[in-house]
Amino acid sequence: MWEYTDKVKEHFLNPRNAGEVEEANAVGEVGSMACGDALKLTLKVDDDGKIEDAKFQTFGCASAIASASALTEMLKGKSVQEAEKITNQDIADFLGGLPKEKMHCSVLGRQALESALSNYRGEAPKEQEGEVVCECFGVTDKEIEKAIRENNLTSVEEVTNYTKAGGGCESCHDAIRELIARVREEEAPIKKPKLSNIQKIKMIEETLEREIRPSLQQDGGDIELVDVIGNRVLVSSLGACAVCKASELTLTHFVEAKLREHVWPELTVEEVPK
Amino acid sequence: MKIIYMDNNATTRVAPEVLETMLPFLTDLYGNPSSAYSFGGQVARDIRKAREQVAAFLGASPEEIIFTSCGSESDNTAIMSALNTGKDRMHVVTTRVEHPAIKVLCNELIKRGYRVTEVPVDREGRLDMDRYKKSLTPDTAIVSMMWANNETGAIFPVEEAARLAKDRGILFHTDAVQAAGKIPIDLRQSAVDMLSISGHKLHAAKGVGVLYVRKGTKFSPFLIGGHQERGRRGGTENTAGIIGLGRACELAAQRLEEENTRVRKLRDRLEKGLLDRVPNSRVNGGGAERLPNTTNISFEFVEGEAILLLMDEFGICASSGSACTSGSLQPSHVLRAMGVPFTMAHGSVRLSLSVYNTEEEVDIVIDRLPPIIEKLRGFSPFWKPQAQACASGT
Repeated sequence: MWEYTDKVKEHFLNPRNAGEVEEANAVGEVGSMACGDALKLTLKVDDDGKIEDAKFQTFGCASAIASASALTEMLKGKSVQEAEKITNQDIADFLGGLPKEKMHCSVLGRQALESALSNYRGEAPKEQEGEVVCECFGVTDKEIEKAIRENNLTSVEEVTNYTKAGGGCESCHDAIRELIARVREEEAPIKKPKLSNIQKIKMIEETLEREIRPSLQQDGGDIELVDVIGNRVLVSSLGACAVCKASELTLTHFVEAKLREHVWPELTVEEVPK
Repeated sequence: MKIIYMDNNATTRVAPEVLETMLPFLTDLYGNPSSAYSFGGQVARDIRKAREQVAAFLGASPEEIIFTSCGSESDNTAIMSALNTGKDRMHVVTTRVEHPAIKVLCNELIKRGYRVTEVPVDREGRLDMDRYKKSLTPDTAIVSMMWANNETGAIFPVEEAARLAKDRGILFHTDAVQAAGKIPIDLRQSAVDMLSISGHKLHAAKGVGVLYVRKGTKFSPFLIGGHQERGRRGGTENTAGIIGLGRACELAAQRLEEENTRVRKLRDRLEKGLLDRVPNSRVNGGGAERLPNTTNISFEFVEGEAILLLMDEFGICASSGSACTSGSLQPSHVLRAMGVPFTMAHGSVRLSLSVYNTEEEVDIVIDRLPPIIEKLRGFSPFWKPQAQACASGT
């Protein structure tokens, strides 16, 4: 038996808002019998764009019923704009979490909400976007990519937990791995480009001028750039700094730290005679 | 809350008589049966007695009995032994509805270069004998076929299938874990070469199983170590478990008639009561020859896990072939192999009885389960249109 939170159990045993809203003006239907999960969400949105009433009908397991119940509770009283921001993770969080293998139940809720709001706006039902990757459950590459992005997924197992894709014959696992790699690459932080030597020198000079010199000058000291060899920054201390016993610490803890922060993380500062 | 336990194909309660037999071996009689001194020798004598009890239960000789840790170990041992001793034979025949102990092993064998044929079943779970006969080739090392299905209770014609294999010089193994204690098994006149049973399915403890290996069958041990079980299964014996299993086999032989009369009647009463009260329900495998204790009922348009959890609120224990109950996302491979439609497969519930179940318990389930189905159908998006379609005759 799955480990469900008390709130999941409570919403499963006593589901809120089961049924269909009369005169609903937003209807979303997702899932299918073959997939083992289906959800129909009906909403009544008032003239001010506020959700007056929300009800669900679901075919699914305990967590699917609890997720649908939770979603309707979350939606009531919200504006359409607020409702648009609800994510599948919000639904899972509302329930105090879901077993990782059951996260697709929260995704189903989010998909039903998207479908209902699209219906409310008078948009034509969306054609299935993208190409079907998982034939067993009819999941497309676009759906998988979206789940990877929104939930920061990194493995086939996680993709299956959130979308069901790959949970059947497993023949699509390689395709899912490729999608994960592609999205992860797109999402990876952009690496700081390598600096040319001229750019590096220019940035070091700017940083010395802006971030370092004013502080040293306040104490009667100063600094001068002598040369840059690779990541070695050769400087000379001037004024009070030239005779200060703590100048070595100043160079390491202050000058080098500032240059690493603003120019390049691998820079080292060395003092050379003027 | 009183527990109504109807999941006896998953596991059974340890019979009080079995527990009583086991207790001394968990307390005072803790000697190692392999020891030279009499404190261990006494335990060895009781293991010998258990071996005789198990052999008598199966219609076998004591030296044909190997004690293992469970049914899965017995199944794995049988197949691997056949492949290790089968010279260059690279083919295994099995069925589409086997227990994972066989199914997953066969999937692994395919990766290692073996060929596996899974013989199909019909809508009632009956074996396709024509396809079975055609699947047997000179390259076949072993046939492994369950005697009775754990999910539907459907019984396969194992004796006939074993003879067909023997005629072609092919080893035959049967996983009799569900059959033992529910239908008669007599290996004396049989062509079965190897057979598996599991203690906890017939009111013995968990952690003990048996592999029967017919005299003269080439054998390669799966677990290599000490000289236990005449070198055919290393490892210190689970003495209490083995001795309890011996007693459980004695009891099972005595209760076979009750299983096929009183328990069968209870099962039939349960089945009829539920089918009469719940529309759009059906028995999976109801048309096949079945174990007397098992019924597998599908309730259309509702999901199995939800049914089980609501039953749990009344202390009723059962199983489901629904995907959501397991780690898998596909409903039961057994029901799918039988062609049970998705609308039914997801909403299947298996109720399996034992001699400890009563008529009162059956009536409680008949009383409690229909409102649960009604409640879940009340908010199923598929149920209403179907009801309307039925009402309008479309």
